[in-house]
Order: sequence, then structure tokens, then C-alpha cells
Amino acid sequence: MGRVRTIARRTFLIGSAAIVGGVAFGVYQINKDAPNPLVAGDGEATLNPFVLINSDGVTLIAPRAEMGQGVHTTLAALVAEELDVAWEDITVLHGPPAQAYFNAVFIGMAIPGAHYQDTPFKHELREQVGKVGKLLDLQATGGSTSMKDFYERMRHAGASAREALKLAAADRLGIDASVLTTKDSAVIAPDGTMIAYSELAQAVRDITPPDVALRDKSTWKYLGKAMPRVDMVAKSTGTADYGTDIKLDGMKFATVRMSPTRNGMISYDDSFAKDMDGVEAIIDMGDGIAVVANNTWLAIQAAEAVEIAWAPATYPADTVGLRAAIAASLDTKPNSVIRDDGDVNSAVEDTEVNAEYYVPWLAHTTMEPMSATAHFTGDALEIWCGNQAPTATRDACAEAVGLDPAQVTLYTTLLGGGFGRRGETDFSTQAARIAAAVPGTPIRMTWSREEDIRRDYFRPAAIAQFRGVVQNGKAVLLDGKVAAPSVLHNLSIRQNGSPPPGPDRLHVEGAADQPYAIPNFRIAGHLTDISVPIGFWRSVGASVNGFMLDTFIDEMAHAAGADPLQFRLDMARAEHAPSAGVIEAVGEMSDWTGETPDNIGRGITFTYSFGTPVAEVVEVEDTGRGIKINKCWIAADLGTVLDPSIVEAQMTSGAIYGFSAAMQEEITFFDGMPEQSNFYDYDAMRMHTVPEFEVRLLENNPFMGGAGEPSTPPSMPALGNALFDLTGTRARELPLIKTFDLVL
Amino acid sequence: MAIQLNINGTSHNVDLPDDVPLLWVLRDEIGLTGTKFGCGVAACGACTVHIDGEAVRSCQVALADVWGDVTTIEGIGTPDNMATIQQAWVDHQVAQCGYCQSGQIMNAAALLSEIPRPTDQDIDDAMQGNLCRCGTYPRIKAAIKDAATRITDEV
Repeated sequence: MGRVRTIARRTFLIGSAAIVGGVAFGVYQINKDAPNPLVAGDGEATLNPFVLINSDGVTLIAPRAEMGQGVHTTLAALVAEELDVAWEDITVLHGPPAQAYFNAVFIGMAIPGAHYQDTPFKHELREQVGKVGKLLDLQATGGSTSMKDFYERMRHAGASAREALKLAAADRLGIDASVLTTKDSAVIAPDGTMIAYSELAQAVRDITPPDVALRDKSTWKYLGKAMPRVDMVAKSTGTADYGTDIKLDGMKFATVRMSPTRNGMISYDDSFAKDMDGVEAIIDMGDGIAVVANNTWLAIQAAEAVEIAWAPATYPADTVGLRAAIAASLDTKPNSVIRDDGDVNSAVEDTEVNAEYYVPWLAHTTMEPMSATAHFTGDALEIWCGNQAPTATRDACAEAVGLDPAQVTLYTTLLGGGFGRRGETDFSTQAARIAAAVPGTPIRMTWSREEDIRRDYFRPAAIAQFRGVVQNGKAVLLDGKVAAPSVLHNLSIRQNGSPPPGPDRLHVEGAADQPYAIPNFRIAGHLTDISVPIGFWRSVGASVNGFMLDTFIDEMAHAAGADPLQFRLDMARAEHAPSAGVIEAVGEMSDWTGETPDNIGRGITFTYSFGTPVAEVVEVEDTGRGIKINKCWIAADLGTVLDPSIVEAQMTSGAIYGFSAAMQEEITFFDGMPEQSNFYDYDAMRMHTVPEFEVRLLENNPFMGGAGEPSTPPSMPALGNALFDLTGTRARELPLIKTFDLVL
Repeated sequence: MAIQLNINGTSHNVDLPDDVPLLWVLRDEIGLTGTKFGCGVAACGACTVHIDGEAVRSCQVALADVWGDVTTIEGIGTPDNMATIQQAWVDHQVAQCGYCQSGQIMNAAALLSEIPRPTDQDIDDAMQGNLCRCGTYPRIKAAIKDAATRITDEV
């Protein structure tokens, strides 16, 4: 997520004219192959950046962060499908940071226009512009992009490697390659002779992999099927390594305590802490301190014992002040008016609905607190960490310790949760700096949970004001204003000192881009200029706007006296058939009638995000000892489902992440610091509060949608709408525990 | 003075201050990193191990207070020879990020040794101290029930 200044400049070009990447940056630069970062040793072959063959077999490179979403498994399946590798023989590695692994989708997302309205031409344009990511070395996992990004690239890598292996076998056998077939990691001759790929590793080195057509979907063996995850055995036996699990000879253990006001420290006193058990060094980090010890726990004890005077925050010091700043920005000039259909100022008179919503600041709380292991030897740095941005991490670590990126070796480990948090480079650069302060000694840095919450890049709070008009059971006008600090601006200012120009689409995603036909429909985005560090939180802007817009849609349906499912369906059907399809599907799955028994409430909701329309129905029950969620039905249309088990898991995962936030999560500020510090005051859904799930995956979407995020935005309003149905009380603020007696 | 611990059937002499939690002895001193740190305050269950067969939060047990034999995730099975409950986890494709799963499995294993055929309510009661931010709970529940069936059938 680094290099925002560069990205912003490109985004501006895209915003001012429809410049195809090839035109703006030179066809040669954009189309020439990025160098293969894999180095083949003796008897090894790297046919392309994704396939390594040696005497041990086939290793596939899956260059996206495995943070639980199953990306390594499905990326491997894309290659394996064409390469004909036996599934049980596959070894998957993340691989090094490299231009060859650029994200080809991110930048295309900046092209104006609601995604659901894409024509084949517009889709192609997004793909072409996305190639600019290569010039920026933009290797990043996020935005639910991995599958649409690699769907063709990695199948091509597998297909061309397969054909190269056939050519090598044909040479050896003295027959024509066209009569050869491949199966289970071997080339097979017409007479049944089998040559294992591993035996061809040396011979295939000199063969240029040919371009070949991809296999038809109807012949798929792995794709479209539920494949055993490649990381499952390790994760079930305690043998999977995360950034906090790396073991190196002579290693010491470190932690940090950085400014919770995000504005550095005035002074510190470590006279007591430096003599505590196990402490080896206390390091002045400028805006905090680091402790190196012979045990992580002893390091954490010492870090807490350092007396530190923090400088006051540069943002309003408490939640009330922050909220007032957001409210004030509603009266400023909008940064964006991406949706402006019809005329919201026209005199449409009938039943009018007005509402204002608020959603709070949120933390990510990945299960693994931020961590990294590093070893600095003067002219080289090795660093191990789970991260969502390898090239940016490598470059930031190099800069932090005064090395060239080429002197830094980054090993991207498994991530103990990401949710957007591990796109930041703060923790990895800290580990690099600590290692540089104790040259020659490897250090493993682990944050305390308290540090992880205090020093998060939060999901921003937001306010929305909506005015709607309903007529004859239909929505005829919706005029909305959304106000919040901008994640994109905050990131850009933090990293480069200035905000990107142009409208911030992320800020209004989930509201301005919804496939609803409302004759007069306007969404304005107002940015709040405050310096609380904020970042990408699973589903980003849609996590904010999904709740606020859909709750308002529900209020309009109620005011119109319409069935809330039919009300949404009517608006979606006229605009985007796949969206209407998921609304109908979820109605069918849940036997939606609009009627429920007295102690039961049901809510329907819909959000289109990351290319995927998702509809959810939530059922809640008043148990007499609090309200609990009984069941959640989810219908989603990803166009092509590459692994139904993994996608199903992402749908339930995203909804549970959203329910957790909607029910009880809130970061509040006092004295410029977050008031929450651990799971006892920032909790999430647990075994006894999780509902039953039923998920249906449709494939009517003409383009491939994302899986990791789209079920999160609709989960929050679904719960609120169900609670309204049960109680008659409409919560216009999250978390819902402030309004309802929920079972926690 | 060094303290002797029996961990996964092997004896270890540990020379650390008495108050260092077992979690950090396992992870940093013994090198058994399958046991995870999540909160340090017994609020997430990621550090769950067994002491004499009982599930405990190893972040809350001081080195000097370890009262019996310690079993960690590495001690109940290996990738080549998984325990029945680990096999159930694999068969149900439970893990997502996987970071909490060692603790989930150790807690579930203790539940099954106490209640061989747990009801949904038993599972809810026993497992609610184990947090999973990926939300793998539905598959955890299915895997526990499946493991219960397999284990009781084996006997």
C-alpha cells in the first residue's frame, strides 16, 4: 500500500482522461515481461515466475498474502489445473517481493464509473490500466483482487510450463511433442512411457515456454471444486510459521511501546526498566521505545516499566470532539459527487424520510499481534513477517536502516490475520530498526495486544445524513451526504506528505456505487481533515456506507409500507440483473414472507462491493435473556467460483467479522489515546453467539467478483434491520449493544 | 535456579525468573511455537495447553507454578501422525489464518476427554473462551462433533 504518491499521480491521469496504460507509459514498458525473480540452481528450472521444477518436484509460487482467505490454495490450483500436477505433490511458497508479482487490478479500480455498470469495453480498459501496477512494482494483497488478478496469468503460467515440459520430453524421446500428454506431474508418451517433471528439470531449462490456449472450463479438475487447503495440516498441528514464530540461532526477543497519541514522546526514563530481569537493551525509537531481552514477556514487562511522557495528540482529544469534527465536515464542499442521477432538488412531494447515522472507530485486532523477525549484519538485512505489501515492506525496511532494497531479503510468512492491517509497514520497519541497533543479533519482535490496539490504523468513524422520498411503494428520491476522514488521504499524507487529487471513490463505496434505480439519487462525499491514523479495514468504505445506506433503504421501505425484500428487488432489477438475482435467491433460501412470530425478527439487506453483489437475511430471537442471532442466509454472485468451500468460508467469515463490529466493537478516545486495550474491552463474536449459516453461490455475474470482503458490509445492516423487525426500534448508531440487550 | 518441566514427554531444565508465564517459556526458551500469544490476559485462548490433561491458558501460569506434565499442540500429533481431533480439523477444512487453531484444538481435546459426546450447549460453554477473528466457529463445531464420533467409535 506504499508508494501512494506515485499511485495518486497515476490515478490523476486516469481521472482526467481515459488513458490506457500502454499509451501513457509506452507499450513496450507495459507489455514486456517483468524479470523472473526466481533463481534456478543446478538441476532446477524456473519456467516463469510461478513455477520452479527440481529433483524434488514442482514448487508453485503464490505471491499473495495467505491471511486465512485460502489464496495460496486457489492460486496453486490455477497453475496446477493447466500444469497437471498431482494435488498431493504440490509445494506452495509465497516467494520473494518482485515486480513480476504486481497487482494488475488495483489501479484499474480507480477508473470512474460504478463497477456494476461495466461493459466489456470498460472491463478491458480497467485491465489495461491495471497493468500500470507493474511499473510501480505494486505487489499487494487487498481489495478482494487476487482471483480476478491471477485468473488468467497463473493458468497461462501453468499451460506454458506444461508445453515446455512436453517439448523437453519430446527431445529426449525423439518424438513429436504433439503426441505427448501430461498427468500427475509427468509427461506420458503414446506407448505409456512416463517421464516425471522432476527428471526434466535440467532439460527444460533451455526451452522457451510457448504460449498456448487455456483449457475450457468444462474440463477443469481442480478449479470449481473444493480442494484441500495446502496450509491446513500445518495449521492443525502447530507447525505453520507466522512472523512471530521464526527461530534463528542466538536470537533475542523484542517489543515496542510507541506513542499512543501518535505524536511522539517528550521524554522517557528507563533507569528502572533497564535493570529488570532479562533486559539487554532499551532503544530510543524517537516516537517511543523498544526493549530487547532474552524473553518476550520480560521485554514487555520492561517496556511497560519505562516512564514515558507522550506529546499531546494533534487531533481532537476525545470521541466527542472527533465526532464534532466529522459532523462539521458535512457543511464543507464535497470531495465527490460520484452519484448524481436525476435531480434531488426537484420538488418530488410525497412521504419524506430523514435520518442521520453514525458508525464508530474500529480496530482490526488480528489474532496475531503485529510481529516481525529481523537480522541485520551491517550490509544486509533479512526480515520475516506476515505482510500484505512485500515490495513496499522491503523498500521501507531498506530505507529505515539505510540500505538499498537489493540488500534486503524479505520472507513473507503466513499472516495471523490481516483484514487490511498488515498492508502497513510500521511493524516491519520497527523490527528492522531494532535489528540494526543490535547488529549481528537476530531479533524477534512481538507487540503486546495493548500495543496492537493502541497503535492500530483504525477504521474511521463516519456520519451520514439522508433524505428520501417514497411514492406508491417505491423510492423516488434519495439525497445523501457521507462524512468521514479519508483512508486514502490519511495514508498518502502519512507516507508522502500530501493527499492525492480528485474524488476519493473508496470514501463513498457502498453508497454511491449501489445498483439501485432511483430516479433522483445523489451521494456526496465530505472529507474530514483530522490526523487520527486510519487504514484499510476489511471492506474499507463499504464497511461504513453499507450499514448507513442500507439501513436507510430499510427505513424507506418501511415508510413506503413495502416489503423490504421486494422494495430492494424492484430497485435492483431495473439496474443490475445479478444483484436482483441474489436478492431473489436469499428470499427463496430463507422462505421470506415478511411475517415472523412475536419473538422473532428478520432483516434483509443488500450491498454490492468488490465486484460481488451479496444479499443477506438475518434472523434474531428474543430469548428472554437477551437477543441472539439464530441464523444468517447469504447469497452472493462471484461470476465464477474457483473453490466453493473456500468462498463459502469467506462469506461466513466476512459476515462474522461484520456482526462482531456491529454488535459490540468501538474504539473511543480520551486524552488523545484509544481507551480500549485488549479483548476484555474490545471483544468479538464467539462460539456461543455465532448463528447457523446457509450460503448460496451464484454464477450469473458477467465478471469475476471478490470473495474476502463483500459479505462484511451487508452483515451489519442485516442485523440492525432484523432488530428493528423484532423490536420496532431503529438503531441509527453502531455498535448495537448501545441500543439492544444482545447476548454477548 | 533452574526449574524442571516435563513437556510432551521430554524433560527440560529452564533457567528463567519464576514469574515468566509458561507460554513464553514454551515459545522463546523451548522453541515450541505452535502455542500462540494472543492477549496475555486469558481473554482469547490462543495459548491453551494441557497440564496433566487439563486445558489451561499458558499465559496465566507462572513457570514456578507449573504443577504437572505439559502437553502442547506439538505433543498430541504431528503432520505425519495426526491425532483424531487434528484429522477432523483437516477433514472439515477448519482453519483460515490458523493462528488461534492450536488453542482451539487443545481446548476441544480437553472437552472431549471430559465429555466424550458433547452437545451443542457443551461445545458453546467449553469453547467460548477461544476467540477466532476469522470466524471459523461453524466448522470448529462440526469438527468437534465429528471427532467425538470417531473417538467414541474407536474405543
